[in-house]
Amino acid sequence: MITLSGVHKTFGPNAVLRGVDLTIARGTSMVVIGGSGTGKSVLLKSILGLVSPDKGLISLDGQDVRKAEREAFLARFGMLFQGGALFDSLKVWENVAFRLMRGPLARPKDQAREIAIEKLRRVGLKPSVADLVPAELSGGMQKRVGLARAIAAEPEIIFFDEPTTGLDPIMSGVINALIREIVVEMGATAMTITHDMSSVRAIADNVAMLHGGVIQWTGPVADMDAATDPYLQQFIHGRSDGPIESVR
Amino acid sequence: MAQGLAPISAALAALGRPVLASLAALGRMTIYGAQTLGHILRPPFYAREFASALLNVGWLSLPVVGLTAIFTGGALALQIYAGGQRFSAEAVVPQIVAIGMVRELGPVLVGLMIAARVTSSIAAEIATMKVTEQLDALVTLSTNPMKYLTVPRVLAGFLCVPLLVGIGDIIGIMGGFLVATGQLGFNPASYIKNTVDFLQTADVVSSLIKGAVFGFIATLIGCYYGMNSGRGAQGVGGATKGAVASASILILAANFILTSVLFGS
Repeated sequence: MITLSGVHKTFGPNAVLRGVDLTIARGTSMVVIGGSGTGKSVLLKSILGLVSPDKGLISLDGQDVRKAEREAFLARFGMLFQGGALFDSLKVWENVAFRLMRGPLARPKDQAREIAIEKLRRVGLKPSVADLVPAELSGGMQKRVGLARAIAAEPEIIFFDEPTTGLDPIMSGVINALIREIVVEMGATAMTITHDMSSVRAIADNVAMLHGGVIQWTGPVADMDAATDPYLQQFIHGRSDGPIESVR
Repeated sequence: MAQGLAPISAALAALGRPVLASLAALGRMTIYGAQTLGHILRPPFYAREFASALLNVGWLSLPVVGLTAIFTGGALALQIYAGGQRFSAEAVVPQIVAIGMVRELGPVLVGLMIAARVTSSIAAEIATMKVTEQLDALVTLSTNPMKYLTVPRVLAGFLCVPLLVGIGDIIGIMGGFLVATGQLGFNPASYIKNTVDFLQTADVVSSLIKGAVFGFIATLIGCYYGMNSGRGAQGVGGATKGAVASASILILAANFILTSVLFGS
């Protein structure tokens, strides 16, 4: 279980997170929604320790993440980055098997390659893609490779940062379905940040809306449409009129 | 009175701000260098990244180093010959070309060429990795970016650049030899003999020491600027520009300090 209590983060004069409280239960899929620039990525990176919160507590299974042994802590996570974040200088299979070729999870090269190809198949890519470099792939294929890399070491917790940004609606649907399938299949805890409502409905068990640096609303995805929170309703229906200012 | 001093105070403040900023940046670079040294001897070691850095910093820099050295050696021979004629000292061309190339021009020009070719490429590559979240991805994959990106490149610079300087010295002397024997009428055998007899071991050692220091500076600064780049294309451009300018200045400053230490007495 991941718990955030009173998490604050400020960049210069800009207070991005102003006391975020959120709980993500083990084995569930939480989707954090919110407008651009509301701090969704900062929230996710704070959990991983890529950004240090100014105040507040983030814990994983009751342990303060700042006190956790870094390598063991990170080994529990997989992450799909917004732009894929694939390493340009490495082949596709080497990207997928990156964690399997270094550190405590290291194994022989042939074995790592086999696992990488199996994971590529799992995300719907042919084995022939394995020896290409990321620049030779389309945006959708790069997202799939990123997804394969995120699940390669079979982590307990997977983070997805804007998984469908920049993809056409069909490819977005494919990625959403893949994420849902993989998370259920692996029994993983998932946290996704997005402002794509079709992703929310496809991926989420629970939804949290981040607005003004705090969690404005949280609850099961099934309750989202019936909720009376005006911020949530404006956001999920994409209306320009409402309490959320459209000009920031 | 106080009002009268205000413009002077403002001017001094305007002058002081960039000085303080430069000193702060130098301090951060020094800390970054110390952290890099701290990581060099501690595992894990990334052999493939190191081999790739050796190729990029060393082997692929050979053409630019060779061309720079041969033209500089040739021009140096012409200049010394023309200058020497003024006091009937044309015969010193082999000796001055040799000492000029080995002690100063070889290391400095190779250092500056490495700053232009390697520092810029390292800064742009790492800055792009930062902008595209590849550095964050490395961290989430339990890999320390300093160990994976900085250490192999800095080690390659430290080891390769002295070799490049040695090669540059030889090619530069050959440039002078070709011009002196082909154009200025020097006897090839006596040119080589004069060169070899005149050069001392200390000259060559100083050249290699300078190469090692310049290689360390050039690669370290490229990594530092890449890791600390701003956002977007402008951030990458700024990191590259800053890295080349800083590396070039630091190489010239280090050259002065090393020359003072090695030959000052």
